[in-house]
Amino acid sequence: MRIALFVTCVNDTLFPGTGKAVVRLLRRLGHTVDFPLQQTCCGQMHHNTGYKALPMVGPFLDTFEGYDAVVVPSASCAAMVREVYPRLAAGDPALAARVAALRVHELSELLVDVLGVTDVGAYFPHTVTYHPTCHSLRGLRVGSRPTDLLRAVRGLTLVDLPAADECCGFGGTFAVKNPAVSAAMCADKIGHVLNTGAEVLCAADNSCLMHLGGSLTRQRTGVRVLHLAEILAAT
Amino acid sequence: MRTYLGFPQAAAVSTMDSQLRANLRNATHTIRDKRAAAIGELPDWPGLRAHAKAVKDHTLRNLESYLEQFEAAVVAAGGQVHWARDAAEANRIVIDLVREAEASEVVKVKSMATQEIGLNEALEAAGIAAHETDLAELIVQLGGDTPSHILVPAIHRNRAEIREIFRDRMPDAPADLTDEPAVLAAAARTHLRERFLAAKVAVSGANFAVAETGTLVVVESEGNGRMCLTLPEILISIVGIEKLVPTFADLDVFLQLLPRSSTGERMNPYTSMWTGVTPGDGPTSVHVVLVDNGRTRVLADDVGRQALRCIRCSACLNVCPVYERAGGHAYGSVYPGPIGAILTPQLRGVGSALDTSLPYASTLCGACYDVCPVAIDIPEVLVHLRARVASGPGHLGEKAAMGVAGWVLRSPRRLGWAQRWAVRTRRFAPKRLPGAFGGWTDTRDLPRVPEQSFRDWWRSEGEKG
Repeated sequence: MRIALFVTCVNDTLFPGTGKAVVRLLRRLGHTVDFPLQQTCCGQMHHNTGYKALPMVGPFLDTFEGYDAVVVPSASCAAMVREVYPRLAAGDPALAARVAALRVHELSELLVDVLGVTDVGAYFPHTVTYHPTCHSLRGLRVGSRPTDLLRAVRGLTLVDLPAADECCGFGGTFAVKNPAVSAAMCADKIGHVLNTGAEVLCAADNSCLMHLGGSLTRQRTGVRVLHLAEILAAT
Repeated sequence: MRTYLGFPQAAAVSTMDSQLRANLRNATHTIRDKRAAAIGELPDWPGLRAHAKAVKDHTLRNLESYLEQFEAAVVAAGGQVHWARDAAEANRIVIDLVREAEASEVVKVKSMATQEIGLNEALEAAGIAAHETDLAELIVQLGGDTPSHILVPAIHRNRAEIREIFRDRMPDAPADLTDEPAVLAAAARTHLRERFLAAKVAVSGANFAVAETGTLVVVESEGNGRMCLTLPEILISIVGIEKLVPTFADLDVFLQLLPRSSTGERMNPYTSMWTGVTPGDGPTSVHVVLVDNGRTRVLADDVGRQALRCIRCSACLNVCPVYERAGGHAYGSVYPGPIGAILTPQLRGVGSALDTSLPYASTLCGACYDVCPVAIDIPEVLVHLRARVASGPGHLGEKAAMGVAGWVLRSPRRLGWAQRWAVRTRRFAPKRLPGAFGGWTDTRDLPRVPEQSFRDWWRSEGEKG
């Protein structure tokens, strides 16, 4: 199977560790991963803020069509390609057909549904709580796939996060445009995280983790944030 | 008229009000949990939701003929229909009717439409007193306040505050008024009973209007609405044109959806239906004012029109994390919360600073879409309206930044350069960001730029496997 990694522009620039973890994990499971270098960005920030993302669709297709699977370590970027691209391409039947042929999976979907593994052979002896980001929960509806994967990690203690399904307040440019509400939501989410007593807060989106982690370090809580891929790649 | 700030500024003020935050959290979480339980009882909620969506879409597509059918049915039942293009026209029709009846006051049943057109203010300017009879609306009116929730207009008040309002502003409040809910309700009941019995004219809205029969439907919890609908001689109902359903049988699905979504009840305590006039029973004169006020403009927008499916249940407000922190007043509109953020800028247009900020008053978390009983894809409409704002005169700095970002992100070469520039300057990255970005660094640390981007790692090591 030809698997391509769409690492996302945010991960590429700010969180390369997540991409490396995906590569390490998939190779450990016996798969070959390709990283097409001409990839850039899915256009989500532009689209969600009200700017044109259609110019991003063509280059994305040129880069990723032809692969059996595209893995994305971000639920929100995966949702952008899978849910929004069909809408953007709706006026152009040829483009719409190319979009429909894409096989884009968020990391936990690729592992569980496509590769058929739940126990990825990881070892991570820490207490972890998992925040299901809005796009994984209500966009892609990945359900219990990420927590099933975490539960199979040896040494890991998974503790439930109260009010897990509530948004953390990141919301892309929302965090900049509405800083007061965003900070209030973040504070409530972090209160719940601290109540769990977990050492690590895990999620499948680094942008939500950037916002939550930025607050966790500002408050000197000692709680670390880690992307799902980094825990699954740990041995 | 009060002046409103943009949403971010208004929300920044309200998020600091800890009493408000606590009142809202308690109330929204209680209703949210009740709603989830009431919906869990039904065997096929998604099916019911899809059915309701289909009925509303069909009605909106054929609105013109259903409106004509409705008018004919109302007239046949002895009522009168008036058409109002906008708020001013609707208010003028009501004022003329009240003057014709030689009345100087009216009783009102809770109605979003009359709030939307500013009827109370217009009546007051014409020398007519309007008395709200819904308990929460009464609290808001006596407090010189505006509603902050579609279903629970005084959600931002707790019972201690309500006691203060009654004691200070309700002339016939008992001297020994406590903040016990039953005592407060009894005081309001005594106060309102006088109004009902004295009033000659009542003003109502309607939750649904049936085209086939000309029937108006009001769904409520207290029974005060029914008193308004039956006691006075003259009844004036202000109805938005999107309230129509084609047949009486269509009410079946909506009367299951609405109470469960709004109050978490299987059925609301009072459902009143009236069709024209009935000799010897109820009002002798019934007027229906059909209000457009921007609705046909919304109808013309193929993405935005789904907002007209709204049945004003307020489920989206109760699950919205932004509403919960910001409160309803921050939205600066009678329709607060997620539905307000898409309905208000469409009805009013995105002309003001407030209306251009409303489509951004959401994280697009999608909780509102999940609970909407008529499946309005609120996030989709928000993004659609953001595009309208961004294509307008808008924020030049943001446009420039988005333009540059788009230019960089469209090319792997340019993205690579930008990343390497960020790496080289990482030692100089500020701890506090300037200008519009300052809100981020006030409460959060920025991530450190890593020494190497992923693509550079891939080129140097990753590719080798």
